[in-house]
Amino acid sequence: MISEKQEKEMIRIHVMGKTYEVPAGLTIMDAMEYAGYRFTRGAGCRSGFCGACSTVYRYEGDYRLQFALACQETAADGMYLVQLPFTPAPRAKYDIEKINLKENVLLQYYPEIARCVSCNTCTKACPQDIEVMDYIQAALRGDIAKTAELSFDCIQCGLCSMRCPADIKHYHMAQMARRIYGRYMSPVPQHLENRLQEIADGAFDAELDKLVNMSREELEEAYAARVSEEASAGSERSE
Amino acid sequence: MSKKGLIGGYPAYMRESIEKVEATRSRRLKEGPPPPMSPKEREAILERNHPDYKPEGKRKLALGPSAGEPVPHEVADIIESHSVIDPRAVDLSKVDYDVDVLVIGGGGAGTVAAIFAHEQGIPVDRILIVTKLRHGDCNSIMAQGGIQAADRPQDSPAIHYLDVMGGGHYANKPELVRALVNDAPGIIRWHEDIGVMYDKVDGEYVEAHGGGTSRMRMHSAKDYTGKETFNSIRDQARNLDIPVLEFFPAVELLLDKRGHAAGAVVYNIETEEYRIIRAKATVLATGGFGRIHIQGFPTTNHYGATADGLVMAYRAGANIIDMDSVQYHPTGVAYPAAILGQLATEKLRTQGAMPVNVDGEAFVFPLEPRDVESSAIIEECWVKNNGIETPSGLRGVWLDTPMIDQVHGKGTLKKALAAMWTMWHRHDIDITVDPALVYPTLHYQNGGVEIDANGYTKVPGLFAGGECEGGVHGKNRLMGNSQLDYNVFGRRAGISAGKWAKSAKVDELSLQHVIDYEKELERAGIDTDRKAPIILPDYRPQAVREHTLGHLL
Repeated sequence: MISEKQEKEMIRIHVMGKTYEVPAGLTIMDAMEYAGYRFTRGAGCRSGFCGACSTVYRYEGDYRLQFALACQETAADGMYLVQLPFTPAPRAKYDIEKINLKENVLLQYYPEIARCVSCNTCTKACPQDIEVMDYIQAALRGDIAKTAELSFDCIQCGLCSMRCPADIKHYHMAQMARRIYGRYMSPVPQHLENRLQEIADGAFDAELDKLVNMSREELEEAYAARVSEEASAGSERSE
Repeated sequence: MSKKGLIGGYPAYMRESIEKVEATRSRRLKEGPPPPMSPKEREAILERNHPDYKPEGKRKLALGPSAGEPVPHEVADIIESHSVIDPRAVDLSKVDYDVDVLVIGGGGAGTVAAIFAHEQGIPVDRILIVTKLRHGDCNSIMAQGGIQAADRPQDSPAIHYLDVMGGGHYANKPELVRALVNDAPGIIRWHEDIGVMYDKVDGEYVEAHGGGTSRMRMHSAKDYTGKETFNSIRDQARNLDIPVLEFFPAVELLLDKRGHAAGAVVYNIETEEYRIIRAKATVLATGGFGRIHIQGFPTTNHYGATADGLVMAYRAGANIIDMDSVQYHPTGVAYPAAILGQLATEKLRTQGAMPVNVDGEAFVFPLEPRDVESSAIIEECWVKNNGIETPSGLRGVWLDTPMIDQVHGKGTLKKALAAMWTMWHRHDIDITVDPALVYPTLHYQNGGVEIDANGYTKVPGLFAGGECEGGVHGKNRLMGNSQLDYNVFGRRAGISAGKWAKSAKVDELSLQHVIDYEKELERAGIDTDRKAPIILPDYRPQAVREHTLGHLL
């Protein structure tokens, strides 16, 4: 075994101007809880996927605003913290089944993307390190595939839209782009359609009936007799 | 930021072990992993090491419809507890929301249920979703690895069925597993219709193994599968204008005089007011229990995963099933402490990363079912003493992530596992260069409220889907079947609720079942000040909690 105990080092953070001493090495969220805060807003999945805990901070003596997810970023000495758990950015309503790909639908539903002044503030605000401004430019060109690809990691925390001087609703527009790509530009594999037809025709019903009625011993036997597909031999491909 | 003594994000003392991992890597790549265990070996290692197999972790429920069922103490504690409301003080004469279908829970199962209740012809303004945090603060959005569906010619729903039953130790309810596997390809098709971007190469799905699968049927969207699918589903619900009340947890179910489900008492956690919702059909989609921290484990679960639905449904008369069984995901983050217990997706292992010990030696087949894999890691750390100790005194094993690029080519990990790369990178660890330190973490509620194949519970008018229901996964869930579960049984519960609501009539509203439950607590001799549902965990330090004056304003 390898072992080495660390001494507990304390740091100072400032939550909306109030100063607290907390142990080093906690996330911003855990540090605020240590200080005595109990979240209702501003905490969701606590794993970096839901975008509930958008946080803005700056250090003493540093004019720059910095951006983070409170559940992912480690609290550091001298952070002045503010949480922004809600972004007032309306989304456009659309019908995914009625999209005309001949036109620039993203520009139609979100005309304000044309106001982008390429200041790149959105990109700088993104805690996911997404090239936000680049996908806005792609959307302007009508390049849905590029918009979908570049925005794929978006967790919809809203910091981009909060910071945008042109009132662009980046994350809503990007969600629409990804759905259009998924629905119209990435065809359904034929084997899925074949399987659905087989299920509709009841092709597996007899076998499933038999399995559902098996005793535990029969099931154990059938389970043990399975031959596993080799990972290298099937359709799995690395990207 | 405190980075003293860290090299590449790890304390200097861990480097000696990391060098051993590097030294054995090419040999391990050539030799391949240890072989899978036989069924007998699996049973033996579970008996020796799995937390579920420790009798001292459980007790039998003292009251209610499933009295006598063994459950973890933490579950018994919330079930054997008082209501958070005084049932006699709640005014049921003023109904604030009168709907056909009430959906409790704004995660995956709830959103799917609402969409399919609407497809049954229920107008959107007769549907209401209530959720304790935001629409989408849920476990569904955090799922990484994938979703199972037997859609390739060499696979079939029958083979999927066998994998699920064996993984669940044959305790699963057969008709639920049948529904799960038979609906799976149709769920993928529905996701295609609403625009989910599944991973494809040359127009074909990228499909991988998961722990305990005999065919490669894991569909993925990088390692953001849950986010990509759930966000598309939520976006669809928003386009349909399905109403959602956020920050409004349900605190008790309402029944009518006949004992039929009739809505819920909900609570605005910001203004602290309650509201009465009357509904012809009620869908329970409240998710699991990670945040009650069974046996003190850290969890991958979202902040609101406190098993509220289980408590409310039990008081209303629903059975629970398989609640003695808890899923510990084999690979939670063991270091750094800041992200302790967060998920290191099974996809890392499906893509070739091997668990290895302090000496850099592989000790287990990487894709055993989750309960078996977790047991092997626990044994390696605490019985064989071959783990790596963290600065806070925990132990973990290495997940040799740099193997992924060596197997599939440089750049694979960063592209196919972007969320994982980013998570560690935020703490200065590059998992394409160094291995990741992992240990089992509390992940999933295998059991729950008992349902039939159409999502009916024992209480007329009450339906359930997703992690809050039980019976689908038996005593252990396989990777990729929770995403499938919330879609299959969220959909079925929504369809059933929609059909039910068309002919149901609601009698006079009542909280008599809560009053009766209080009496039953007394009869069972349970003298406690515990209250449930607990709604949100309290992570403030003891010193702070003991020093508050409560809500003075």
